[in-house]
Amino acid sequence: MTVLIYLVPIALGLGLMGLLAFLWSLRSGQYDDLEGAAYRILNDDDLKEPKG
Amino acid sequence: MAVGHSALQIRSSGASSTLELAIDGIVSPSAISEIEIALIGVPGLMSARLNLTTHRLSTEWVHPNFNPAPIFPILERLGYLAVPFTSNSAEAEENAQTKWLLRCLAVAGFAALNVMLLSVSVWSGNITDITPETRDFFHWLSALIALPAAGFAGQPFFLNAIRAVRAGEMTMDVPISVGILLALGMSVAETAIHAEHVYFDSALMLLFFLLAGRVLDHAMRLKTRALASNLAALRASTALRLGSDGTSTEVSPDTLVPGDVLLARAGDRIAADGTVIEGSSYVDESFVTGETAVRPINVGEKVFAGMLNGTGVLRISVATTGASTLLAEIERLIDNAVTAKSRYVQIADRIARLYAPIVHVAAAITAMGWILSGASVHDALIIAIAVLIITCPCALALAAPTVQVVVAGASFKQGILMRSGDVIERMAEVDTIVFDKTGTLTLPEPVPLNAAEIPAELLSIASRLAETSHHPLARSIRELAPKHLGPSEALHEASEEAGHGVRASINGVEARLGSPEFCNMIMPQGSDSASIIGVRYGTQSAVIRIGQKMRCDAAETISTLMKLGFRILILSGDHENAVRPVAHALGISDWQAGMKPADKLIALDALKQKGHKILMVGDGLNDAPALAAASVSLSPATGADVTQAVADAVFLGNRLAAVKIILNLCRSGRAIMRENFAIALIYNLIAIPLAVAGQVTPLIAAAAMSGSSILVTANALRARNGKGRQ
Repeated sequence: MTVLIYLVPIALGLGLMGLLAFLWSLRSGQYDDLEGAAYRILNDDDLKEPKG
Repeated sequence: MAVGHSALQIRSSGASSTLELAIDGIVSPSAISEIEIALIGVPGLMSARLNLTTHRLSTEWVHPNFNPAPIFPILERLGYLAVPFTSNSAEAEENAQTKWLLRCLAVAGFAALNVMLLSVSVWSGNITDITPETRDFFHWLSALIALPAAGFAGQPFFLNAIRAVRAGEMTMDVPISVGILLALGMSVAETAIHAEHVYFDSALMLLFFLLAGRVLDHAMRLKTRALASNLAALRASTALRLGSDGTSTEVSPDTLVPGDVLLARAGDRIAADGTVIEGSSYVDESFVTGETAVRPINVGEKVFAGMLNGTGVLRISVATTGASTLLAEIERLIDNAVTAKSRYVQIADRIARLYAPIVHVAAAITAMGWILSGASVHDALIIAIAVLIITCPCALALAAPTVQVVVAGASFKQGILMRSGDVIERMAEVDTIVFDKTGTLTLPEPVPLNAAEIPAELLSIASRLAETSHHPLARSIRELAPKHLGPSEALHEASEEAGHGVRASINGVEARLGSPEFCNMIMPQGSDSASIIGVRYGTQSAVIRIGQKMRCDAAETISTLMKLGFRILILSGDHENAVRPVAHALGISDWQAGMKPADKLIALDALKQKGHKILMVGDGLNDAPALAAASVSLSPATGADVTQAVADAVFLGNRLAAVKIILNLCRSGRAIMRENFAIALIYNLIAIPLAVAGQVTPLIAAAAMSGSSILVTANALRARNGKGRQ
């Protein structure tokens, strides 16, 4: 069962990364407008704009 | 939109400034790209981002080039009204609280999943070949994750529980906190003696489910609060303050101090209570007193905030903020009404008061019973704690909030903003509905009543003449008719005679709109309270009667409510002559007219004495105390600020059917809430005997807890299809 010594930290580390990613997204305001986000993803106006 | 820069709320940081605007008129999600693209290229504007949830536009500006003036006409052209938004502290605090709860939820979720992973390994290992050393390792690992996570994520419950205990109250947070702390403490103790069963996973899962309920509750409140404060911002007027040098500056009404001199232009709403020191005009005070009359006002007379200034320019000295002002009087009545109203105790808290002692006593009896029957003290304690854990009110605590979120969401879709979750329970108990008349049963703005009887050409002329007038009634005539006259037949030499009317010439023929005398007509006889306006074009003339018109679905709504068994009353501040026809048309026999705010309170008290639960529906400043005193209250979004702040719910739009919809939604919501409590109770009836008998393992606890929580949540979703859906 020595495999647990590195498998468990890896599992916890991955979970912790997910948690930190969530906390970061929360802090950067990504949950402030849940309704708008659903429509923004359909918006492709940015493709038509001339570059620069 | 002319707004003085002094009134803007600007936040500056480093090289950029941000300005938030409340936007009115958003009906479809296409507003996002429409607005954001239209604003590309405004000088100094770095970014503009529309929030579709809160209907606010957040703009960021390069620091020295801050000049938002050009964006208002751009938005107006697109059909949106924008107003600088001053975020209030209550909303900011609620926002921060929601984010905090979300962080707690994330931590609880992370910890619960990881600990559950370890627990499942132990459970399967227990029936196969796990070694005690590996099990201990997993248990200590669980403790390492669970203790800090619960310490962080449990704060919302622990802090509330401490507060409740200090105040000598019993809320759901107390048994929740006790259960979680005991589960964690016992698990650590059991791990230390190499035992088989620990409850780290149960404690964390409990936290996760409970936090999920709370986050949902907060998110819903946040959204309704954001939209409610947008409404306030969109209607908030600015005041023109006259300086000693005669210049006027646009300021926010809250910054006025007694002694300031205000300038009220024709058509402005008066921003503060005060005395007229110069000028004469007509004012429409229906917003303040509920009376529909437009009355003349002269130097030395008192005016109140909310009155609509008619034809003339007034200089007003702002009154000292003593007990003499109308607003102070209204606020005093509101305060009295709120303190007199005993705090409503929600079902959940009533159950918590009974529940916690019963469960704690049951656990104590279990422990004593096992000791008396010969079990060791250790085993007896473990079983007693298992009783507390399994009965920890997960489903009970979710039963009400889940329904509140669903009902608030459903009513929001129907254009009704609920201020808090307990509105549902109070609304469901209502048996008597008291309506105000002006602005509630009738539309908030006066409208022409006899448009159909007037020749189209005269109507068209009247509406064009009205465009040149500032009289309070001119606005309703303006929207009267399509423009039949072509541009070549434009108005010439339009002029307004204060207190009489407007005149102009069209094709060389004189046209007049104003008092009947001004139009050379005989004053027609009429007993109702409608205002009479004359219109003349050459030899043709007509009388336009302008008055309060009932909301289009008022009769239908009232008759449905009566059929449902509600007792309906009208308490109005208006004259008897104006109230009687409305009451008669709606078939309401209980009505009283000419009521002052204090009279309305007395009438409500009399009803409450008889044990009636009252829903008060009103919009005027004069209704605010009555709204505060009633069991529950509803106000149209066109109501006065103070009134909306007091009301438990606010409805948008012109349809009175909102009353019916919210009553139906809340009644079915309360029914489902009761079902949820029954589900939670049945779960406890099954679980407690098992726990008392010592048969509950952590696996059973986990399954039962999540099962009952999911059942209760799924049941709550049914409230969305309340019987009130139309």
